[in-house]
Amino acid sequence: MNSSSNYYLEQFKRSLLIMKKNVKIYYSKGPVIVFGVLLPMFLFLAYFIGRNISLHEAFPGLLGMTVFFSATSVGPTIIPWESRLKTLERLISTPISLWSMFLGDVLSSFMFGVLISLIPLILGFILGVEFINCFLLFGGVILGVLCFSAFSILLSAYPPTDTPSTIMMLTSLVRFPLIFISGVFTPLSALPGWGVILSSISPLTYFVDLTRASLTGVSYYPLYIDLPVLVFIAALFFIIAVSIHKRSILKRLS
Amino acid sequence: MRNAIEVVNVSKFFGKIKAVDNISFTVQEGEIFGFLGPNGAGKTTTMRMLTGLIKPDTGQIRIFGLDIIRSPLKAKQLMGILPEMSNAYIDLSAWDNLMLVGGLYGVPRRVREERGERLLKQFKLFDRRNQLVKGFSKGMKQRLLVCMALIHDPILLLLDEPTSGLDVESTILIRNILRELNEKGVTVFITTHNMEEAGKLCGRVAIVNHGRILVTDTVENVKNKTERFKILEVVFDRVADFTELASLAVNGEFNVFDERVRLVVEDVDAALNRVVDYARNNSIRIISLNTLTPSLEDAFIKLTGS
Repeated sequence: MNSSSNYYLEQFKRSLLIMKKNVKIYYSKGPVIVFGVLLPMFLFLAYFIGRNISLHEAFPGLLGMTVFFSATSVGPTIIPWESRLKTLERLISTPISLWSMFLGDVLSSFMFGVLISLIPLILGFILGVEFINCFLLFGGVILGVLCFSAFSILLSAYPPTDTPSTIMMLTSLVRFPLIFISGVFTPLSALPGWGVILSSISPLTYFVDLTRASLTGVSYYPLYIDLPVLVFIAALFFIIAVSIHKRSILKRLS
Repeated sequence: MRNAIEVVNVSKFFGKIKAVDNISFTVQEGEIFGFLGPNGAGKTTTMRMLTGLIKPDTGQIRIFGLDIIRSPLKAKQLMGILPEMSNAYIDLSAWDNLMLVGGLYGVPRRVREERGERLLKQFKLFDRRNQLVKGFSKGMKQRLLVCMALIHDPILLLLDEPTSGLDVESTILIRNILRELNEKGVTVFITTHNMEEAGKLCGRVAIVNHGRILVTDTVENVKNKTERFKILEVVFDRVADFTELASLAVNGEFNVFDERVRLVVEDVDAALNRVVDYARNNSIRIISLNTLTPSLEDAFIKLTGS
């Protein structure tokens, strides 16, 4: 094994340690439970109850909200919390690369997102929601959670605050508009032209489109766009997030 | 003997403020080196540059020959670090904290378990290893942080105010273990504003103020550098007019407390003769006469003007 691949392997091992630490510390934090579990559940109930729509029709929205909120609930809390409890300087003083540390944060968000997303998936199976393409559904969930986990690290990058509630508030300011423009409540085909253009800037759009395709076999965008876009945006968010964190991380130490 | 730390012409600005101003020093392998200065002197900034967290604007820093900017991970691997603004994870147990940091330094699981057990026993935390750190006292947390700095068997320890605000037991324990480690060859770099600690632990010190190094030398030499001003304390058998003695004092440092006179002098021999003459001429008896050697703290105050 050459030194370059050895370096990446060693750093990836460190990412896994960061992930393990985050699982132990942050999964049970109040904001994570509220924003990652309770909020999508109540949002779905508010949308579903009293409206004359079937669970089959509502399922893409339910899954979309769950995946989006759960995958973006852990990431934003980590860095502000580490700054506040003064564990950050200790952590970045160890021989770990910043990208490796943030990959660990992405992985912990990813794990949480996947675990919570299993709830509507299992409920859907039990309640008789029919899926045409299960591979596409699970593949979409994996890609979607990964993309939103990377997004969650970007959400915590600026401002470099040590107050988790500030970041959670700002995160909500970004998350809610995205929910409304991403075809979660209304299929893209039913949106006006400007609505479709607007929705195309949201990564959630492509995930919801994939989910609809796995349920109905019909998607607004071709799959060869939905799938690569999610991968591309995940990578882009991660690179931008690491870059911004790199510039602002020292401000968190003072 | 290798240089453990080499700092060459290093400066660091924060905006228009020059936090560190062209400092240079070396720490040799096996030394305990103290970096002393009042709050805001640039100690923590220097420490963060040594640990690779902050890049210097000018100059070079090498850790055992490794450039900290070019090879930060390799250099960090050699160091055990106790940052000033640091804490253990309060939602993890002492054991989990140690295993996490050991893993981040790439220590194999079995080795870090063995070392973790040994360190926790050494620092009297083994019985509390499975408790969450949030229930620990400040002294226990600090001892755990030192354990975390030692889990990978570093050859260089960088400690920022390691015993600041600690109870006596924790202070003595940490100090003794640092001495033991140093005897085994570990180089120790300590920043502190605690002169007593520096005097007891360090072989050499650098005194910094306003980002500049004022002096770098052994503790004894630093004291001696200010020793040309010695303190002479004389107790007479009665109160009298002592103003005649004021001319002996340097910089007007002359104090009278009833029959006790304290003055800072440059030439002790001449001053003693003058004091004896004064007592004889005025028929006053000298009860006691002491020359006080300045402590490191005196030297520090003198040098920094604190």
